[in-house]
Amino acid sequence: MSSKYWEHYPHPADMGIRGFGPNLAGAFEQAALALTAVITDLQTIEPKEKVEISCQEQDNELLFVGWLNALLYEMATKRMLFGKFEVKIKNGRLNANAWGEEINVEKHNPTVEVKAATYGDLKVEQDKNGNWMAQCVVDV
Amino acid sequence: MCAENLKRRSEFEWYIEPTGKMHVPVVIYADKQLIDAMDDQVYRQASNVASLPGIVKASYAMPDAHWGYGFPIGGVAGFDPEMGGVISAGGVGFDIACGVRALLTGLTASDIEPYRNQLADMLAKRIPAGLGSRGKLRLNRTEMDDMLVGGAEWAVERGYGNRSDLERIEERGRMKEAQPRFVSDHAKKRQEDEVGTLGSGNHYLELQKVVELYDELNAKSFKLAVNDIVVSIHCGSRGLGHQIGTDYLPKMVKTAQSMGIELPDRELACAPIKSDIGRLYIGAMNCGINCAVANRQVLTHLVRQVFSDLLPKANLVLLYDVSHNTCKVEQHSIQGQTKKLYIHRKGATRAFGPGHPSLPSDLIKTGQPVLIGGTMGTASYILVGTEKGMDLSFGSCCHGAGRAMSRKQATKRWHGRDVIRSLAEKGIIVRGASIRGVAEEAPGAYKDVSAVVEATEKAGLAKKVAKLEPLICVKG
Repeated sequence: MSSKYWEHYPHPADMGIRGFGPNLAGAFEQAALALTAVITDLQTIEPKEKVEISCQEQDNELLFVGWLNALLYEMATKRMLFGKFEVKIKNGRLNANAWGEEINVEKHNPTVEVKAATYGDLKVEQDKNGNWMAQCVVDV
Repeated sequence: MCAENLKRRSEFEWYIEPTGKMHVPVVIYADKQLIDAMDDQVYRQASNVASLPGIVKASYAMPDAHWGYGFPIGGVAGFDPEMGGVISAGGVGFDIACGVRALLTGLTASDIEPYRNQLADMLAKRIPAGLGSRGKLRLNRTEMDDMLVGGAEWAVERGYGNRSDLERIEERGRMKEAQPRFVSDHAKKRQEDEVGTLGSGNHYLELQKVVELYDELNAKSFKLAVNDIVVSIHCGSRGLGHQIGTDYLPKMVKTAQSMGIELPDRELACAPIKSDIGRLYIGAMNCGINCAVANRQVLTHLVRQVFSDLLPKANLVLLYDVSHNTCKVEQHSIQGQTKKLYIHRKGATRAFGPGHPSLPSDLIKTGQPVLIGGTMGTASYILVGTEKGMDLSFGSCCHGAGRAMSRKQATKRWHGRDVIRSLAEKGIIVRGASIRGVAEEAPGAYKDVSAVVEATEKAGLAKKVAKLEPLICVKG
């Protein structure tokens, strides 16, 4: 398995999302894909439009949830879905580009709306090989 | 759950002694079967809540309790501001004042039989539901603030419903403590066109039929008879509530840290009630409650329009509106002393008993109607609050069936089309925007709502009045 991937894990009420990457930013990008995959099939989203997102937090865990919630805000207010991400993190500040398109119910057949990323089951960790993992429960 | 960790106090009450950092015991109301099926995480999360500052009496879990984030879903906890008590954004959750309302229709099953498909189609068409849907209202900032201050009263003043509706909403549809200036621009932006939308997930609009009465006297007071058609709406505070939670959680994590409150789980983020951040959150959260009841009020108007176009003899009267994700200031008697407490209910319904001063005059003798939502394929229940429940759980009971299985497991086991087909065979019409969404909400993914309600009644938290089964279900 490559060092860069995402997955969902079961949670009784909601959904657990997890991203892995060779660095922190990579894990955050993958987790954003996991978040979007809760809502729709990633393959259906075309990267037609770019949106810039930034946020800042005191530690990696708060930054991770802050990033996902900033993304949810853009999705909700711009009525968009994003399928491609580029994240940069420096000194607790995150700057990202997200590419996607306006929601089209016929095309994207969205399953569910994600209300928020939560601090439930929140972990941002580096393994002994230096790879990063970021996970939390999202409220649907 | 490992039942050996619990002491059984009676057939329906389980107890965990306070250990370590817990200030109070955990009390779980359930029968043996529900306890056996309960996740260990309920025990852990309820114990974590018991360790928060200023908690009074006990950290309670209702019979439908399951693993949440921070608080268990089905968790109830009261905090005393005079004892350093806290308010927790995690203890309210991201769908502030998510709740259920039930409308009497004055129709019976045979009245709607010829119109069932038409009704399902019209409701699905006119009720904005699912991701990306917009309401017909667009609120500018002044109107937004008016809505956040006025709640359901705001909606009624703008022609969405009648003044008599307000009598049947908790706090008459308006939380006076709401402070729109403590709600971020982000939250208001998210809500601009979401008033009058259903949302998605477990939210629904159902037409239900009363199939059984358990308590003729209270059923009569609630104007419920077998075969009556009832409309049930389950939804919450939409984007505004989600964003208030999102905004205040990180602030409360930092406040807790700076004030030396140790959080066993960051999702328990909280602040003393008597702190700046506590006061800000209380003002904002009450806007969330007002937003949710305004939303259900506008949806009620849309449903009334559908009936007036299709079945004009219908008369939709609000039976009651309950919110099940809230923190409310209430008077409770603690060891003979009346105290003002902040009662968190996370996936738990307020269930005030007879004689409670907050009830409208025509419900004061019966107690508060308690609306328990089931799943698409099973049943919903109408209960009534009890005097005993006031003492057992600050006047609280279960809120629904409670999930037994994750969404991921549900989609592995069922396909949405099969779920819709098998429900159709039982005479239930489902209109849902998403096939996968229907699979995630498959009836089998939930606990047995009848077992939950049975345990609720036997524990004394509330009393059964009527059982209802769905005929039409509109999902987001």
